[in-house]
Amino acid sequence: MSLKKSFRPGYKFVRQSEGAELEVRNLNVHIKNNHILKNVNLVLPDKKITCIIGPSGCGKTTLLKTMNRLIDSVEGVRIDGGILLNNENIVGSGEKIINLRRKIGLVSQKPCPLPMSIFDNVAYGCRIHGIRNRRKLRMIVQYYLEAVGLWDEVSNRLNTPAARLSVGQQQRLCLARSLAVEPQFILADEATSALDPISSRNVEELFVKLKQDYSIIMVTHTLHQAKRIADHVVFMYLGEIIEAGPANEIFTNPQHQLTKEYLSGAFN
Amino acid sequence: MKLKFIEEKIFNVLMIVATLIVFGFFASIVWTIVKTGLPSLSWEMISQLPGGGFYLGKEGGILNAIMGSLMIVLASALLGLLISIPIVFYINVYLKKKSKLAYFTRLSFDVLFGIPSIVYGAFAFTIMIALGLKTSLLGGIIVITLLIIPIFVRSMDEVAKSVPSDLLDAAYSLGATKLEACKVVLRQIAPGIATATLLSVGKAIGDAAAVMFTAGFTDNIPTSLDQPAATLPLSVFFQLSSPIPEVRERAYAAALVLTLIVLVLSIVGRIITNRFSKNKLI
Repeated sequence: MSLKKSFRPGYKFVRQSEGAELEVRNLNVHIKNNHILKNVNLVLPDKKITCIIGPSGCGKTTLLKTMNRLIDSVEGVRIDGGILLNNENIVGSGEKIINLRRKIGLVSQKPCPLPMSIFDNVAYGCRIHGIRNRRKLRMIVQYYLEAVGLWDEVSNRLNTPAARLSVGQQQRLCLARSLAVEPQFILADEATSALDPISSRNVEELFVKLKQDYSIIMVTHTLHQAKRIADHVVFMYLGEIIEAGPANEIFTNPQHQLTKEYLSGAFN
Repeated sequence: MKLKFIEEKIFNVLMIVATLIVFGFFASIVWTIVKTGLPSLSWEMISQLPGGGFYLGKEGGILNAIMGSLMIVLASALLGLLISIPIVFYINVYLKKKSKLAYFTRLSFDVLFGIPSIVYGAFAFTIMIALGLKTSLLGGIIVITLLIIPIFVRSMDEVAKSVPSDLLDAAYSLGATKLEACKVVLRQIAPGIATATLLSVGKAIGDAAAVMFTAGFTDNIPTSLDQPAATLPLSVFFQLSSPIPEVRERAYAAALVLTLIVLVLSIVGRIITNRFSKNKLI
C-alpha cells in the first residue's frame, strides 16, 4: 500500500506516515491591516489530494504558507487561531518549526533548485537533518529520484549543477528534494503552472501516485487539473472558505452560488 | 530611416565611445608605468631589500615594500571577510526586509565607504597614540581592515539582496535553520564574495594614506606584528619625490610591480570565481 512498494521495496529507513491529520481551526491571518484569511475551518483528509481553488488573491497561497509557517518571514503578519498537526497546534510555537517543516513539505510554483549539484539537492534535506552516511544518502537520492521519474534522465550526471536541468526536470527534482525529508503532507502551490504541458502532466500523474503515501494539498488555477486529480476540493473567495467537500460533489452539484459562478467561469 | 533606428545607432555609438574612453585611460596609465618603469625593473629590484643609498640611486630593491604590502593586504582581506560575511548575513537573512537596523547599517556603511583613507589613518593614529602604540604591521592591518570592510559589506550586500527569496523559502521548507539557509545563500553569492574580495584587495594594496601613519615605513621585512612595515604605495611615493631621476624611474618600476600584483590577484580571483559559480542559479 505504500509508495515504497510501488517503486522500490525494501528500504527500511522510509518512515511510514499512517493517519496523519491536519486540521485548521478558526484561522485568521492579518498582514498589516489586511485581513487575508477569515475564520478558516478545514479538515484535510489523509492520503488524498485536496485542491484549493479560487480566484487570484483569495488567500490560497497564504493558507499554504501558514500551514508550514513560511508565513513567519512575511512582514507584519499576525496569526490567530490554530492549525493542528496530529492534534498539536503548530501556530505560535518557536522551536518546533523545524520539525514541522520536515513533516509538511512545500513545492513552489517556480522550481527553485538549490545552488548545488543534482545529488546534493536531494541529499540536502537529509544532510541537515543529520544523515551523513554516504551510502545511505546515495540510496535515498536514487530512491526519490526514481520516485519522481527523474533517475533515468539524470543518473549519469548526478554531479552536474541542478540549474542546468530543464524547468520540468527542476520541478520534479524539487519534489524529490521535498520527499527526501519524508514529510507527511505535501503542499503544492501551483506546482505545475510554470511547466510545459507534458512536464505538467508528468508531475500531475506523480501526485496521483504519491497520494498512496502522502496527503497532498495543492493550490491550482486550472479547474481542469482539479477535476482530473482532486479527491477533495476547497473553494475560497476573498479569504473565506465558501465551500469544501469531495470533488465530485463540488464539481457536479455545487451548493453555493459563488461556487457555481466560479466553476462555470462566470467571474474573474 | 525611422527615428527609432537612428536613436538606436546614436546610443550604440555613445556606449562604444564611453567604453573606449575608459579603456584609453587604462591603456595610457599602463603604458606610462611600463615605459618608464620597465627599464629599471630588475630581478635585483624585486628580490632585495633597499641598500644603504637606495633612495640616492644606489643598489637595492623594494622587497621590503612588496612583502609588507602582501602581508597587510592578505591579513586584512582575511580579517575583513571574517567580519563582513556575518554582517551581510545578519542584515539579509536574519533581519526582516524593511528592518530599521538593516537600513541604518547600510547607511552607515555607505558613509564609511565615502570617508577618505587619510581620515582612517588619522583616526587610527590618534587611537594608537592614546594606547601608546608605535607604527606597526598590526596597526596597518587593522586600519586597512577597517578601510575595506565597507567595500566588502556593501558589494556583498548588493549580491545578497538579489538572492531570490524563493531560495531561502526552499531551504526553510526543508527544515533548514537560518544558519543552514545562510550556507545555501553562501553558495549562491560565492562569486559576489570573490568580486568583493578583489575590489577590497585592489583598494587595500593601493592605499598610501591609511598606512602612512599606522604601518610606518622601514627598510626591513617585519618579523613580528609590532614592527613597522613598508608598503608599495609609500615606496612609490618616497621614490617619486626624489630629485634624482634614476630613483624616480624606480618609482615607476615599483608601481609596475604593484599593478602586476593586482593583475595576478584579479586573474586568480576570476579563476576561483568561475569554479565557485558552477552551481549558481541564474
